[in-house]
Amino acid sequence: MINHSLNELAALLAGKKISSAELTREFLVRIAKHNPAINAFVTLDEEKSLAQAAAADARIAKGDGGPLTGIPIAQKDIFCAKGWRTTCGSKMLANFTAPYDAYVIEQFDRAGAVNLGKTNMDEFAMGSSNETSFFGKVQNPWDRARVPGGSSGGSAAAVAARLAPAATGTDTGGSIRQPASLCGLSGLKPTYGVCSRYGMIAFASSLDQAGPMAKSCADLSLMMNVMAGFDNRDSTSLQRDQEDYARELNKPLAGLRIGLPREYFAEGLSAEVAKVVQDAIAEYRRLGAQTVEVSLPNTRLSIPVYYVLAPAEASSNLARYDGVRYGYRAPQYTDLLDMYCKTRAQGFGAEVKRRIMIGTYVLSAGYYDAYYLKAQKLRRLIAQDFAAAFKQCDVIMGPTAPDTAFKSDEKTDDPVAMYLQDIYTIAVNLAGLPGMSIPAGFANGLPVGLQVIGNYFDEARMLNVGHAYQQATDWHTRMPEGL
Amino acid sequence: MSLTLNDVKRIAHLARIEVQDSEAEACLGQLSGILGLIEEMQSVNTDGIEPMSHSQDVSQRLREDAVTEADQRALFQSVAPAVENGLYLVPKVIE
Repeated sequence: MINHSLNELAALLAGKKISSAELTREFLVRIAKHNPAINAFVTLDEEKSLAQAAAADARIAKGDGGPLTGIPIAQKDIFCAKGWRTTCGSKMLANFTAPYDAYVIEQFDRAGAVNLGKTNMDEFAMGSSNETSFFGKVQNPWDRARVPGGSSGGSAAAVAARLAPAATGTDTGGSIRQPASLCGLSGLKPTYGVCSRYGMIAFASSLDQAGPMAKSCADLSLMMNVMAGFDNRDSTSLQRDQEDYARELNKPLAGLRIGLPREYFAEGLSAEVAKVVQDAIAEYRRLGAQTVEVSLPNTRLSIPVYYVLAPAEASSNLARYDGVRYGYRAPQYTDLLDMYCKTRAQGFGAEVKRRIMIGTYVLSAGYYDAYYLKAQKLRRLIAQDFAAAFKQCDVIMGPTAPDTAFKSDEKTDDPVAMYLQDIYTIAVNLAGLPGMSIPAGFANGLPVGLQVIGNYFDEARMLNVGHAYQQATDWHTRMPEGL
Repeated sequence: MSLTLNDVKRIAHLARIEVQDSEAEACLGQLSGILGLIEEMQSVNTDGIEPMSHSQDVSQRLREDAVTEADQRALFQSVAPAVENGLYLVPKVIE
């Protein structure tokens, strides 16, 4: 059961071969066995999960189940879920029980999916290794001494270890795609504005986007059908017609034009990763696609631009954690100002404080034009690079990350080295484009992801591109040993 | 652009984060490293380029000025660190 696709699970449920209660219990048993080591989940609530499973079984018995009814889904702990502890990986929210549901959670509830538990993540989604979580590191199921990537590291490890059939993630600079790459999964960051941010704890609002993480692109398409949609409560949610993200899955790839950005195959990319990615591209040529070299000349600027915009927006968003209305409050203080300063000093971890301080600095009096405004102008240049490239191609391909999973603690003392992990993913967030990572093979026994970048709202086409590859190869079916 | 220890303390104060002197030292090196990374932006001429905040360049939606939310004060205050009679408690600010 643990290797079944969402479609296969749905068929078993609809055919009454298994019940949602049995399926949910099977995953809860696996979690109880493996999570103490892997640490992919930070909050479990068996009673709530099984109650949802029972409700799903009743719904299926009445014959009004949908594709995800009864299927357990792991939820990144950035999504508020009513009655569930929702921590965002921070001591600041370690005792916070969400009083309402995020849009994404509402959508899964409506679909009849089961919330299997809340997954570990970098604190406030700030990190590329899941090492900044207040709740401890997450092991990469492929090599327990290595990181799963981040910030959606718990979701990635949960699906890779088959502790959940699929999971949600969020991606501000690569937080779905990089962990998907490092854990051998498929992960999609949709076009900015496609999934509502309502109830998704804010990091950098102009970049944050929710998306699915699963074993295959077919599974991603079913998840997208649930997660996407217009929501009035998110001021940047886009008003668009509902679409079926699975509608193009089986289209042939003949004539597909793949753009290969020369900047993505340059210095900084590991030779082993480059080889796996080139082999994947060769497979696409066999499937009938053509390749064309394109250029994204401002790629190198995406990291500086991101490390102005994201911390600036974070410093503003995280001002709400003041120890007054919810979350942590320091036990001892002299006055109101001291309470704020001690609460925030004790409640936030080192990386979050660093980013708040960078953001505070670039937004402080006299610096706005030199930093924030400058970065927003460069952001347009970066978006224009993609627009020019898409005149020559339908999708862009390259590596998701410059290397395979690195060792725990290898980069924790050097923030800048950690930031360079996201060199191929960040520009996609800045441009607001959809980006996906799919398993393309292994280097030294560790998974390598192929990144597929699409034009705005081309998710269905990208899923088709990923699905065709997954019909021709079996990388996405591999599972780590010992589980 | 290089920071001084005093800059770090000033930024921390603006951010309402208490820093000990020993922390400020470590912070100084890391923040300077990140600002060094950011400095690369200044090498590009951006005269005449419109700043971008949303890829679709959408404008803010407006809605009727009507009450849409139910009163959930008790529920929302159930997660607060200190409340009394429906009020959030903070240290005394006016003598």
